Amino acid sequence: MRAPEGEKLLWVALDNGIYIPHLCGLREAERPAASCRLCFVEVEGLPNPVTACTLPVSEGMLVHTRTPRVDRLVRTGFELLLSNHRLRCGKCEKNKNCELQKIARERGLKLRLSRLRPLISEVPVDESPKTFKYDPGRCVLCGRCVWVDHHQAKVGAIGFIRRGISRKIAAFGDVPLAESRCTECGECVKVCPVGALAFKEK
Amino acid sequence: MSATGTIIQAYESLKKAAVIKVEALKQKPLVLVGTATCGRAAGALNVLQTFRDEISCRSLDVEVKEVGCIGHCYAEPVVIIAKPGFPALCYGSVDEGMAGRLVTDFLINDDPCYEFAMAALEPNDQFPTFADFPRGVYEKKIILADCGLIDPEDIDHYIAHDGYAALAKALSMDPAEVLEEIKNSKLRGRGGAGFPTGLKWEACRNASGDQKYVICNADEGDPGAFMDRAILESNPHQVLEGLIIAAYTVGAEQGYIYVRAEYPLAVTRIRTALEQARERHLLGESILGSNFNFDIKIFQGSGAFVCGEETALIASIEGFAGVPNHRPPYPAHAGLHSKPTVINNVKTLSYVPHIIRNGSDWFKSIGTPDSPGTAVFALAGKVVSTGLAEVPMGTTLRTLVYDVGNGIKEDKPFKAVQIGGPSGGCLPESALDLPIDFDSLQQAGAMMGSGGLVVLDEDDCMVEIARFFLDFTQKESCGKCTFCRLGTKQMLDILTEITEGRGKPEDIDLLWELAEDIKAGSLCGLGKTAPNPVLTTIRYFRHEYEAHIQEGRCPALMCKELISYAIIPEKCSKLCNVCIGSCPVEAIYTRDDMLKAIYLDKCVKCNSCMVACPPQYKAVVKVSPPIVERGGSQDEQLSNHNN
Repeated sequence: MRAPEGEKLLWVALDNGIYIPHLCGLREAERPAASCRLCFVEVEGLPNPVTACTLPVSEGMLVHTRTPRVDRLVRTGFELLLSNHRLRCGKCEKNKNCELQKIARERGLKLRLSRLRPLISEVPVDESPKTFKYDPGRCVLCGRCVWVDHHQAKVGAIGFIRRGISRKIAAFGDVPLAESRCTECGECVKVCPVGALAFKEK
Repeated sequence: MSATGTIIQAYESLKKAAVIKVEALKQKPLVLVGTATCGRAAGALNVLQTFRDEISCRSLDVEVKEVGCIGHCYAEPVVIIAKPGFPALCYGSVDEGMAGRLVTDFLINDDPCYEFAMAALEPNDQFPTFADFPRGVYEKKIILADCGLIDPEDIDHYIAHDGYAALAKALSMDPAEVLEEIKNSKLRGRGGAGFPTGLKWEACRNASGDQKYVICNADEGDPGAFMDRAILESNPHQVLEGLIIAAYTVGAEQGYIYVRAEYPLAVTRIRTALEQARERHLLGESILGSNFNFDIKIFQGSGAFVCGEETALIASIEGFAGVPNHRPPYPAHAGLHSKPTVINNVKTLSYVPHIIRNGSDWFKSIGTPDSPGTAVFALAGKVVSTGLAEVPMGTTLRTLVYDVGNGIKEDKPFKAVQIGGPSGGCLPESALDLPIDFDSLQQAGAMMGSGGLVVLDEDDCMVEIARFFLDFTQKESCGKCTFCRLGTKQMLDILTEITEGRGKPEDIDLLWELAEDIKAGSLCGLGKTAPNPVLTTIRYFRHEYEAHIQEGRCPALMCKELISYAIIPEKCSKLCNVCIGSCPVEAIYTRDDMLKAIYLDKCVKCNSCMVACPPQYKAVVKVSPPIVERGGSQDEQLSNHNN
């Protein structure tokens, strides 16, 4: 397999039709966030599984995308995200177009909680923008919307607030998006891998 | 004259002036009051004021100085009095009354009040020294040696104790030679992980780029660890000297001390130290007349535990939220402002001057071959003599707990030590003879961490200990990565359910699986080590988890939901009403036969009656599993319980 020097493994694999689960990765970002912790692979010569989004490819690198250790980490990471995700796929705008569904399909994982406790707090959906809505209960905190807002749209309407389990994406002061400096350019909605940011149906 | 000659000469003249100043102090009586944060919490400032007032109103020619902490926390406030003609004596648990007595009896008259004294500082034929106590035998003080004995706000005290001699020596050497000396010493980072300091410096020194940084990580945040604070408050120049040598070695011109804002006294004392070092050309342009320029800024962190993680610390200094980033790149290659950066802990830097001054072979002669030097522990919990102890690496836990710490309070049986704070683990009695160093602890499932060492006895529930530390890490998680943000919360919820008696048999295995995955899957050191308290308590104390889940019983009688209070009829005196008076919710009543009994539905398990019941009766007991009211009187239940 050929790849440009220094390219991260995740993108090389995807370009060559090899699927590796991922949510937070953005090819354009200079520094990978490495926060969703789903793109684990095992590389021969490295003792532990590593994230593919942070690993530059090198000559002769031998990678296993499916091993018992990788599958176990991906399963746990995925279940942890589900435990904090409002699962009502039938009522979600992104149904059948959702990265979580894709990961479940590709890796044979169930879209419901079995081992873990649900950790969802009922938070209201922000319906204030004219063209889209924001549902924090569906957000997986991948941060792609924040990155495009800051680096491509260059609006700076949203960012991460609070920490730990309370961490969320919000406008400055946690005001509704319509009251923020959001221009409703829609760039953030386009990159959301799940149903947290979704265009309103016309 | 050669450049080297100029440096040595510049240092010698500083030293000469400092020695004259410090010698002059010895001509008259000197009172040293330990006013580090630990002393202040115990009332040292009142003691200090008493000494000052008494001495001034009697117009005595006595010098009173504030010093740092000598590490004997159990004896705070600590005062040292050096009067010519007497051995310098250390007094513990000094209050205003004792301070007054010491002025009238010792400073005015010549009675040293031996009944108040803890120990003498130097060998003499009148009073034993610290070295004559077991603790003194096993302690080996390097970085704590001057703490509590020198004035942290007067650079001359440090210089008179050979301070900055290592800097003068290092500046006379080639940076490569200094690096070689540190590498030879096998010094390992005291922040917790034990990475070889020499390799870190070498990576930064060899990294390309003309702008480099050195940072002292003083973001000490573990519950129960306070050695970095003690060092910064007691001997800040030792840290500065280490940082300046690090900068010279790697080629940095700007340094930072990242210290938490909750350490205001440390911040003040560092600031004073920086000013005094600049005045004496030990910082700033052409240090000690050499062509080396370097200065240090203080950066105050806002108390986020995760900012002790080096990439989060860098983000914080850069003005971003204190959130970690993926490594590599390591800070030694691309750190602050993407420039090569060395980040070392306060203790690591404190060893540097000693190694340069005494040589790497001297350092390697202390401790174990792979972890040379000493380890500083903050002894806390159920140990008699709490405080800071510096012992050679390889000392066993038994020595630490029983000799240095003088054993367990009330002579209760030892159960475990929690070592290394929230990143560390709980080690059982079978580990008592484990020689402690970086590698042995890692193998046992714990880690050196910050050096917090909490001693636990039979009254401590291991599930609750794990829950306590998980509660801490879960609250301190930055929330960036999936495993730490959600995994620690899942583990905390399961642990909470177990301690409240709602655990399920499959929870233990689930906890273990989650803990392993969080360890392997998290982005930064906080998440990677957060499961350690869970893993070690399951590994060594699985039976306690099982007792909670299967029997609804807390073996340590600690988990409130799983215990009841009861009054044993045979022990109750009948005539004493102390328990009734102590109960805040009127849950205790007198029966017809005058014995006392508890309404279980009213009891809030506050423990007041148990404390109040006079020791000659000890009639109040805790029982687990809790007594369930199924009709029937309390003593019937109790007798069923005992059968």
